[in-house]
Amino acid sequence: MSQQQLQYKTSPYRLLKEKVASTTMLILTLSALLLVVLIAVGLVIKSMPILEEKSLVDLVFGSSWKPMKGEFGFLPFIAGTISVTLVAIVLALPISLLTAIFLTEYSKDWVKKAVFPVLDILAGIPSVIYGLWGVLIIVPWISEKLAPKFVEFSTGYSVLAGGVVLGVMVLPLMVSLFVEIFSSTPAELRQASQSLGATKWQTTKKVMLKHTRAGIFASVMLSISRAMGETIAVLMVCGNIAQMPESLLDGAYPLPALLANNFGEMMSVPIYESALMFAALILFVVVVIFNILSRIILHRLQKNS
Amino acid sequence: MDIIKQGMFRPNQKFCTNANADAKIEVQDLNVNIGTNHILKDVNLTIHNQAITCIIGPSGCGKSTLLRSFNRLLEDTAKTKITGKVIVDGDDIYEKGCEITHVRRKMGLLSQKPCPLPMSIFDNISYGCKIHGIRGKKKLAMVVKHYLEAAGLWNEVKDRLHTPANRMSLGQQQRLCLARGLAVEPQFILADESTSALDPISSKIIEDLFVKLKAEYGIVMVTHTLRQALRIADYVVFMYMGEVIEQGTAEEVFKNPQHELTQKYLSGAFS
Repeated sequence: MSQQQLQYKTSPYRLLKEKVASTTMLILTLSALLLVVLIAVGLVIKSMPILEEKSLVDLVFGSSWKPMKGEFGFLPFIAGTISVTLVAIVLALPISLLTAIFLTEYSKDWVKKAVFPVLDILAGIPSVIYGLWGVLIIVPWISEKLAPKFVEFSTGYSVLAGGVVLGVMVLPLMVSLFVEIFSSTPAELRQASQSLGATKWQTTKKVMLKHTRAGIFASVMLSISRAMGETIAVLMVCGNIAQMPESLLDGAYPLPALLANNFGEMMSVPIYESALMFAALILFVVVVIFNILSRIILHRLQKNS
Repeated sequence: MDIIKQGMFRPNQKFCTNANADAKIEVQDLNVNIGTNHILKDVNLTIHNQAITCIIGPSGCGKSTLLRSFNRLLEDTAKTKITGKVIVDGDDIYEKGCEITHVRRKMGLLSQKPCPLPMSIFDNISYGCKIHGIRGKKKLAMVVKHYLEAAGLWNEVKDRLHTPANRMSLGQQQRLCLARGLAVEPQFILADESTSALDPISSKIIEDLFVKLKAEYGIVMVTHTLRQALRIADYVVFMYMGEVIEQGTAEEVFKNPQHELTQKYLSGAFS
């Protein structure tokens, strides 16, 4: 008996490995968390100089951007970011919702097999190429065909162009998120509705969309966060004019574009660098607030259903 | 409780009045293939109105598939091939041009697990009515009250009609599903092991409801519990490996089974 016990005694190395493995993973997980905090702290420190010189309200709600004269109002950029993102989501949401409904509820298997790889390709195209497509096709179309019907003149580099390009970019993401959510609806729920004599469309509209509304909301929020940070493609078609966009055909200047265009240049002016860092901080805070808000709303939705 | 009088279950009389007491489900040479599996093999049977027909048999013998073929729910499964005829009240439901929503309305399904729709108790019942074109708040309220009473649920939920349906107990949910199915005025009720997920008291309530409901509906019930079939069945269909082995009145099948397999199954040799 004692002989046997000795033989099967656990090797100390086995337990040691277990400890090492779990600690390593814990550290790696924590470092991801720490990174977020570090980025926030770094941005705050870097933007301190401009915060000391000007009040927060002036910076966020000021609409005059003249760095050489020392006027730093970020409102045009915030408005630019929000309007371009909004246009993108408004364009992409109905298309992606209906596409996802078609793919999960109506289409035959071979259609799905054909469409999903195409969506993956769409999602994998580098954003520069979307930008080029915008410059070559969307921008001329707006300035030559669409804009003359509404305003006297537009270059075509506008909120609308940015929204269209961004909308096409988030489309594959939204479709695949929606498809995932819709296919997680229990089959019994559909059958329950259909065995009352409901058509597929009635079932989709009244039962499935209602059942999945929390998920739909979460995916839209995720897409918005993604869209807000998109830089290159938007920068190429938005016009990059620091003004409050008054219509869809006006040029705009989203925050990421401001950073990408100016960082590295004019770094000789310290206050300017600090201003750009503050722009990054605003973007960061907007995205964080957005995430927190969407979590709260999501929680409410789930509790109610 | 004297709710059940002739016609009482259909206050609207919008669709079928069930006036034809001889309406039957007749199944002729029904074959169902899903993928390479031959699930139902040449099924022929007759199901009578105003009676409870129990389909019994071991697991995987095609009971549920047969039941689902009665309201064409099978078609949505991929790679399903159905041949043969299912004639309900004189019309073949698999004929071309037969409207599927109409068939499903006529054949109410009560599934194994209660599955309330993601809306309030009130909306769960009125959903089906709205789909089929019943409008008007007063009328809907009347219908909801009527069918909740019929399912013996009204007194329990009348104060919380507008709370989400999935907050009720499982037994209540199943009765709600039954009331929801009755609200679209079906002719037959298809029950797919509808009591197996419930506690004994709730399943007793459902069973008693079925016995009352058979005055006006034809009820087809798939069941795993032989004792349940013994208690409430008027007709019994015994299935084995996708084939109907024996069918007849409950008395015939239970007291004097003709086939060896039926005898073995009833004596508990396999289940």
